[in-house]
Amino acid sequence: MTLDRAIAGIFVLICVIYGYTAFVTMEAGLLPFERNLTFLPNTMPKWLSILGAFIGLIVIVQSGPKEAGEIDPSEIDVRNLRQYKLGQAIALLVLMVAYALLLRPIGFLAATTLFICLGGYVLGERNYKLMVPVAAVAAFFIWYLVEQVLGIFLRPWPWFVYGGA
Amino acid sequence: MLEGILAGVTTALTLQNLIMVVAGCLIGTLIGMLPGLGPMSIIAIMIPIAIKIGDPSAALILLAGVYYGAIFGGSTSSILINAPGVAGTVATSFDGYPMARQGKAGKALTIAAIGSFAGGTVGAVLLMGFAPALASVALLFHSAEYFALMVVGLSAIAAFAGSGQVAKALMMTVLGVMLATVGESAQFNAPRFTMGIQDLQSGISFITLAMALFALPEALYLVLNPARSNTGKDGEGGEIKELRITREEAKKITPVIGRQSIQGFLIGVMPGAGATIASFLGYAVERNIAKGEDQKEFGKGSIKGLAAPETANNAACTGSFVPLLTLGIPGSGTTAILLGALIALNVTPGPRLMVDNPSIFWAVIISMYIGNVVLLILNLPLIPYIAKLLQIPRNYLIPFILFFTMMGSYIGQNNATELLLLTGMGLAATIMRFAGFPLAPMLIGFILGQLLEDNFSRAMSLTDGVSFMWERPMTLILLILAVVLIFLPSFRQQLAMWRRRGVAEGD
Repeated sequence: MTLDRAIAGIFVLICVIYGYTAFVTMEAGLLPFERNLTFLPNTMPKWLSILGAFIGLIVIVQSGPKEAGEIDPSEIDVRNLRQYKLGQAIALLVLMVAYALLLRPIGFLAATTLFICLGGYVLGERNYKLMVPVAAVAAFFIWYLVEQVLGIFLRPWPWFVYGGA
Repeated sequence: MLEGILAGVTTALTLQNLIMVVAGCLIGTLIGMLPGLGPMSIIAIMIPIAIKIGDPSAALILLAGVYYGAIFGGSTSSILINAPGVAGTVATSFDGYPMARQGKAGKALTIAAIGSFAGGTVGAVLLMGFAPALASVALLFHSAEYFALMVVGLSAIAAFAGSGQVAKALMMTVLGVMLATVGESAQFNAPRFTMGIQDLQSGISFITLAMALFALPEALYLVLNPARSNTGKDGEGGEIKELRITREEAKKITPVIGRQSIQGFLIGVMPGAGATIASFLGYAVERNIAKGEDQKEFGKGSIKGLAAPETANNAACTGSFVPLLTLGIPGSGTTAILLGALIALNVTPGPRLMVDNPSIFWAVIISMYIGNVVLLILNLPLIPYIAKLLQIPRNYLIPFILFFTMMGSYIGQNNATELLLLTGMGLAATIMRFAGFPLAPMLIGFILGQLLEDNFSRAMSLTDGVSFMWERPMTLILLILAVVLIFLPSFRQQLAMWRRRGVAEGD
């Protein structure tokens, strides 16, 4: 099965769940007076779920394996995914999740400096003497710009500075 | 109209707004040059800043400046290192890069700047004529027509997706509209499709979605395939001299620029077409028109081949503001993001904009002229210095791109869950891009989804059902047009297939 068929299949599944919510769950939750209205919160979702499932099925039928010549050289050839730096990409995504989870507890400045340093490390940078100062200065500069100039609070310091809160 | 123009000139020429134009163009050029950050990502990053400014004219002027700057910056990186930062400048690299390799990088940049300037300026003049005319027609529209018009817009976007891609593009559009129904809507106070997650109650933030759909996949592509980012190499993009062009060359490119300004603008006006299609089409048309030696030059460093896509893409950028400002319907991913920003600033683009807020409407148009002048006189001499940015090593560039992507979605909401959502949706978007699903229709579907539902509900409530679809002739015509737009490409494909088969049998 090709990737596009699999995605279209998942999409059809989403449409079925979405449609079930619109036709059954939401319908049951309507208030008595609402039943007489023309347009309800689930009116458009009902149409969408049917339309979506129909289009998804068309994509499944139409898609097929690509010919070698059809693949745009600037795009990624999924059949040879291993020839690309898959490990690096996954490591960076994991870093992004870690950043999201650590941003509040350890503060913006520490989290950002760590993210940029570790991101560089994942990509193969080993010149720590340059990388750490660049990351720290950039983190501080952006914090200053966002919080002091734009006035958006970013919680710069780790949790213990705020008394364990 | 004259009053409006004068009000616009006064607004655009205030010191604050002039600073906005200059800043927008510079920021756009700087960031647009980096591979992985196209105009959509840059504008999305700039939105919190624009909202902070508060004044809608100033904010829109800044964002429009960023848009032009980004397109121009994208041309610079396509010419210098053959790495188009933006899809709209891919055609620029066909002849721009060969010119740079022949040591004519400075000349190529000048031609690109002049082409962009002419395209943008002619586009702005046409916009002044087109927009009021279209807006006065649009004032007659009713919610039923708006609903139909949005359906036309969405199907046109799918129809322009390319052969064999129409079903995929439609699927992405529907997915975008579905995502728009998540959370509480203005009409109903009950949350929908939140799966019990509290953070989804206010819906999915469009900046997060824009980042997840464009900036993140592009950055991951740069990681996966290092050949895409040719930055950090010595010897390339270093020396830029000889910015001047000769009189003979000017004579050669003048007709090209003239034709492509108008053609590019008209393509830009159509929803779904935009700068990318305009630049490719401009290149193709000029190559076909050119004769003899000139035609052979194309692809090897022809100045005509460079001027055509450069003029067309800037004219199309301006053109894409017509449906945005007059109908409130974005024709491209970038204008969709601008629409989101405008709504956040409490301005509803549409035919009433010209009547209710003439100073905003005209200030934006006037600032387009100013933006083009800024690009020409300020950026061109600065290019050799700005180009140094291309020498940032990849190991630093990519973590920073990822970081800016996260900042864009974080500071809008100040919520770390948004970052998890961004990573998850970004991964999904990257996988969809692997499989050749176009992502722009999804964002446009998302942005139009809310408006579509509002107008649909109004129209249905007025006629007590869906009879408005065939009772109002204008609505009916628009809906038929939408259906035709969807089926035309597949019909033509089928026809071509039949013909081919016929030929084979005849042989």
